[in-house]
Parts: sequence; structure tokens; C-alpha cells
Amino acid sequence: VKWILVAIMVAATVLSDLLQSHEMKRAGGQSVGARGLLRLVRMIAQRRFLILSIACMAVSFFAFMALVQTEPLSFAVPASAASFALETLLAGLILRERISARRAAGALIVLCGVALVGG
Amino acid sequence: MTGSETRQAAALRVGGVFLLFLALKALGNLSLAWGMKHFPQAMSANPLPFLKALFDPFVAVGILAFILALLLRMALLSLADLSYVLPVTAIGYFIAALLGKVFLNETVSNQRWLGTVFIFIGAALVGTTAHSTTEAAPAPVRRMTAGQGAGDGPGVPPYGGAAR
Repeated sequence: VKWILVAIMVAATVLSDLLQSHEMKRAGGQSVGARGLLRLVRMIAQRRFLILSIACMAVSFFAFMALVQTEPLSFAVPASAASFALETLLAGLILRERISARRAAGALIVLCGVALVGG
Repeated sequence: MTGSETRQAAALRVGGVFLLFLALKALGNLSLAWGMKHFPQAMSANPLPFLKALFDPFVAVGILAFILALLLRMALLSLADLSYVLPVTAIGYFIAALLGKVFLNETVSNQRWLGTVFIFIGAALVGTTAHSTTEAAPAPVRRMTAGQGAGDGPGVPPYGGAAR
């Protein structure tokens, strides 16, 4: 069960990140500070893909809640890093990006790390 | 203000936002884990226990911390390169394991520590990869737009490395 929850969490995270990237690319630079954050919140409310991205984030979050209830925090958080590997795989397979040896190595090392953490 | 003073001020700002982000992530992870572990109902496919759990004070504090951390991460990505943000925030995986051991009395085996170190190294490696492989990469600039942000790099959930 713990690996199913990890899979849901990771898949939803990757989808959320792709959607967020798509919209934020069009939004331009954001500033920090109270007013900057307020503007950021307003911008989120106006953009569909960002709202969808947040919905995916919620799914990922609920999976994390369920995971952390029964599994140690020292497993749940590092296991979420499997998203690095999935996103690298998707970038190669779907987006047809050239995956550098460095990125592929990084993703593989993360995957080994997740296997070790879960073992 | 001279150019170097301006750069210094910008670096300080990025550092401050980064530290605040890490602290909020740590608080969020710890509070949420504590609240969920003490929540009487087990989570299932039924959404009701999830909704009930949202009103647990510890879970609520955790969520609030995550929301603030998420906004800070978005702001951070607008101030600094993703290739800087991802590797430095990967330290969060290590912090989470440490929090589990110290505050939640979790047994963290040597194998798990090793796995966490692997994840940190791997995440840092992926994070420092050039972002654009489909077109000519632009010359690096100090201040980047949020467009260089979240989606360009590997996915990082709010409780994870980036928050993490």
C-alpha cells in the first residue's frame, strides 16, 4: 500500500508541476514581500491551469497525508523525490527532450536512494 | 547604491527567503506528521476522514506552513535560477529524516540515511542540469523570471525537497 500511495503522490506532483510551469512561464517574474505575495495569489486565482495544478497538488497532498499517517516521515518525504525520476523519464519519452548523461545519472541515483529509503 | 551592493542585497534577500522556506517546510512536515499519526481515523478511499483530518489543529498548522512555503518557493524561483533553487532545497530531504528521528522517535537505519544522501546527491545533479535541451540555451542572467521555475525542472511536491 505504501508504494501505491507513493505512486499517486509522485504522479500528481509531476502533473501539477508541468501545469504550473506552463502558466508561470507566461506570468513573468514575481516579487516577494506582502504585496508581492498578494499579487501572486490573485494571479493564481485568474489562471485555469494554475488552479488545475493546485488540484493535482491537493491529490498529491492527500496521498502524502495518508502515507505519513502510517509510514515514518523519514520515509515519506525522501520517497517523494521519486518525482525527479518520473519527470526525467517523461521529458525523454513524451516531450522528446534530450536527456543529458548528468540528468539521467541524477535521476538514477535518486531512484536508488528511494529504493534504499524504502527497503 | 553600487552594483556590488545591489547584488549583495539581492543575495541576502534570496538567502532570507530560502531560510524562511526551509523553516516553513520543516514546520509543515513535522506538524502534519504529528497530527496525522495522532488522528484516530485511518485514511481510505473515502474522502470524509481526509476532510475531518484537515480540521485537526496540527494538520491545519502543517497545511498553512506548506501553503506559505509554496508561495515562497514560487517567489524564490522568480528571484533565482532553478539550477540554484533545486540543489539547495534538496537539503530538505535530509532535514525531514532528521526531524523524524529527533521529534517523532523514528528509527532511521543506516540504509535509510544512505538512501537520503543518494536522493540529495541525485536531486542536486538533476537540478544543475541545463534546462533547455530543445533550443539554444539563453545566456545565464542573475535575475530570472518565474518562467524558469517550477515546471522546467523536476517536480517537487510542497513537502518534498523543494520544501523539502
